[in-house]
Amino acid sequence: MTDTAPVVEPTLPDGWELVVGLEVHCELSTATKLFCGCRNRFGDDPNTNVCPVCLGLPGSLPVLNGSAVDYAMRLGLALNCTVNPAVFARKNYFYPDMPKDYQVTQYDLPTSTDGHLELPDGTVVGIERAHIEEDTGKSTHVGGSGRIHDATHSLVDYNRAGIPLVEIVSRPDIRTVESARAYASELRAILTSIDVSDAKMEEGSMRVDANVSVRPIGSDELRTRCEVKNINSIRSLGRAIEYEANRHIDLYDSGQTPRQETRHWDEANGRSTSGRSKEDSEDYRYFPEPDLVPLDPTGAQVDAIAEAMPPLPSARRHALADAAGLEAGSVALVVERGQDELALAAISAGADGGIVIKHLENNLADGTGELTAESFAALAAMEADGRLSATQAKTVLTDLVASGGDPTSIAAAHGFEAMDTGELDAILDRLIADNPDEWGRFVDGDRKVQGFFVGQIMKATKGQADGKVVNMLMQQRAAG
Amino acid sequence: MATTALEVASAVRAGERSARAVVEEHLAVIGEREAEVHAFNLVMADEARERADAVDAAVAAGSDPGPLAGVPVALKDNMCTRGVPTTCSSRILAQWRPPYDATTVERLTAAGAVIIGKTNLDEFAMGSSTENSAFGPTKNPHDTSRVPGGSSGGSAAAVAAGFAPLALGSDTGGSVRQPAALCGVVGVKPTYGAVSRYGLLAFASSLDQIGPFAHTVADAATLYEAIAGHDPRDSTSIPEPAAPVSSWLDDGVDGMRVGVISELSGGGIEGIASDVQARVRVAADALAAAGATVEETSVPSVIYGLTAYYLIAPAEASSNLARYDGVRYGLRVDGPNTEAMNVATRTAGFGDEVKRRIMLGTYALSAGYYDAYYGKAQRVRTLIIDDFAAAYEKYDVLLSPTSPTTAFELGAKVADPMTMYVNDVCTIPSNLAGHPAISVPYGVGDDGLPVGVQVLAPLMGDVTMFRVAAALERSLP
Ligand SMILES: [Zn+2]
Repeated sequence: MTDTAPVVEPTLPDGWELVVGLEVHCELSTATKLFCGCRNRFGDDPNTNVCPVCLGLPGSLPVLNGSAVDYAMRLGLALNCTVNPAVFARKNYFYPDMPKDYQVTQYDLPTSTDGHLELPDGTVVGIERAHIEEDTGKSTHVGGSGRIHDATHSLVDYNRAGIPLVEIVSRPDIRTVESARAYASELRAILTSIDVSDAKMEEGSMRVDANVSVRPIGSDELRTRCEVKNINSIRSLGRAIEYEANRHIDLYDSGQTPRQETRHWDEANGRSTSGRSKEDSEDYRYFPEPDLVPLDPTGAQVDAIAEAMPPLPSARRHALADAAGLEAGSVALVVERGQDELALAAISAGADGGIVIKHLENNLADGTGELTAESFAALAAMEADGRLSATQAKTVLTDLVASGGDPTSIAAAHGFEAMDTGELDAILDRLIADNPDEWGRFVDGDRKVQGFFVGQIMKATKGQADGKVVNMLMQQRAAG
Repeated sequence: MATTALEVASAVRAGERSARAVVEEHLAVIGEREAEVHAFNLVMADEARERADAVDAAVAAGSDPGPLAGVPVALKDNMCTRGVPTTCSSRILAQWRPPYDATTVERLTAAGAVIIGKTNLDEFAMGSSTENSAFGPTKNPHDTSRVPGGSSGGSAAAVAAGFAPLALGSDTGGSVRQPAALCGVVGVKPTYGAVSRYGLLAFASSLDQIGPFAHTVADAATLYEAIAGHDPRDSTSIPEPAAPVSSWLDDGVDGMRVGVISELSGGGIEGIASDVQARVRVAADALAAAGATVEETSVPSVIYGLTAYYLIAPAEASSNLARYDGVRYGLRVDGPNTEAMNVATRTAGFGDEVKRRIMLGTYALSAGYYDAYYGKAQRVRTLIIDDFAAAYEKYDVLLSPTSPTTAFELGAKVADPMTMYVNDVCTIPSNLAGHPAISVPYGVGDDGLPVGVQVLAPLMGDVTMFRVAAALERSLP
């Protein structure tokens, strides 16, 4: 889902600056899990996609899914990273939803390092690393209030255990809440456009944790940060960061300092609560995973993945913005929805870029159906030269999406096509003749009577006239 | 009754003996001595009879059941057998029945073998005497007041006692070769990756390797060929078919170069008994008499092997054994919350030696200690590989004792773990390097108990190793 609600840029108190880095886990949409042949699918009955390997049964061994590695390398290249030889490691800690009580991940030698991504407004955010790891199962706590503290028992679903993840760690380059949201959106756009993840935050296939700190503007220090987890939407991401930043500022203002810790975002109450402190955090005792061999992709493999890379959102935004004569930021939504190909085709068939983007943004959120570039261009031309009002164009567009066809005949079928300026001229002539006093006041510059004439014309045309065209005709007539 | 596996298989394939009769004969021997020896955690009498009948039916139908047709094989109880308890001699897994077979079990079955039981071991293969079993120790069939060695003591004893002509063990630091030496049978640690580990309950993944026990080198070679070869389910499996180790057994050692490792033969490490050293010298002379060039040579870093091993193996074990947490299978001791349940389960489920190694390994991997312990141990490992590489530029194989002493008394070393660990000093370097090594029974010590001589070969040198072992075997009176 796209967050289209208007954003009011929150302001930190004067003199403070945000410092945010994001850690994003995304599930790769491979057919099977990272180390076994079990189906990688969301929503199946609990514990139906499991086998000895992903249940971590004694004696089982992992076998690396080559397409997960390909996906991860594609993602690394899309994030402008260097793709390296890599080594899997074990991250050791006890948790009931983790079948082996260690997680296979990449530690000091990750697949991708040192990249960046460009936000629609041109901001560049550094990517420190993007490494492959396995997902854990999912616990449900039963009895009591359903929270872990007073549950009577827990149920574990291991369908998710062993699903391939890539964790993308940004550098602490993010300075505004809006940039944090844009980063998450942009990453999601990249993930879906290169077809490596469905990146659905609500299904947990994309999970965002925020490392938040603040500092006085002008300083380049990195102060104590808190990692905020349990953020379930891009909207929550903004709220959580804003809350956390203000919490830090309040502490500094009262002479205290934040404690480095993991905090949980509580969306219902709009606040974060203290989790594990970093001081008593676990020692994960990483060591190289002896059941797997090091990954050493050849240059040819990496080149082949790079060559097969589809155009990325930032390149697509620039291409569409150039064609439409607009700013890159203003075509972001269209690109995110994957409608840029149609937009470019319509523009190259002669359509006005602004009209095309306006319709795609406002009227085509649910898809473009049977709409072709040619009919889109024809419709835009009719709207541009006043043959159709914006309202009429939207009606014709709805029909084009539903069943295709020729916009001229659809407009005719709706009775729109006769509404040329000749007919409006005639109506206006009659109105001037019938209301000479009012017309005189309009000519003398009394704009208050303009609404009267427009209203009369709309009434006479049953609302089919284009308000802009009516205004233009009245101006011309008054002037000359 | 035929004693070698090859004789049994040949008779069964020819229809001269029934697999069922072979099984009954071995079950009878088990009936006579198992109470005294305690080689098995489980004798699979019914399954073995059923399986033998299937082999006989195949022969009757004119099809070949395979190179191990009707041969009883004893299986170390750390390899998964579908639906049959697989315990690792641990309370924590006492009730666990795997839903799948280990690759080695599948291959044994495909070769016509009959699994006759699951053998005792030191819990999770951690030990050198099979005294660390939750189900009681195994005794050495040559003298039941003595240990059979370990950790695959049950498998070694089963072959030595005539319970089965063949057995499989696993060798992480000598756990096949050392009990083979102490029980007077052949024991093999193949090149790391030659035999699939799929279905082997892990102790130390980078060192574990499954290997055969047999009375003869030829039998061991046949079993090796049946279980080795690439397995796509084990990422560390060598992507090649099994080495044809039986093919050169008779070719002798004329012109081969043999180095006797001086550090393991009285010239470095303390505690190698003089009667054991003497048997190695006899073996070296025999190879020289058969046409090999034999010299003493130094592999300096082998003396650090023991220390490196007792950091790397426990480190990997601490991670491999984390999964026994009471959540999904095996023992569960309830507690007020998950963490308390984990602790109660592991406290009750693991024996002292397992707990000791989990703690040692956890410590070795801890932040701030990693470089000093685990990291340094890995550098020693590299050093040992380099030293072996230098030695193998001059020699085709190396020779050493398998175990510093003959079988010791039950209980003699239980109180002092370090004394027990020293048992593996000669065998550990091959595991650290990933190289193959074999223990060949070569006479007896001053106490009349068996002595094993170890033949070490370079990576993928399994064929040469078997060939030299066969020559040694022929040199015995
Ligand atoms: Zn699975």
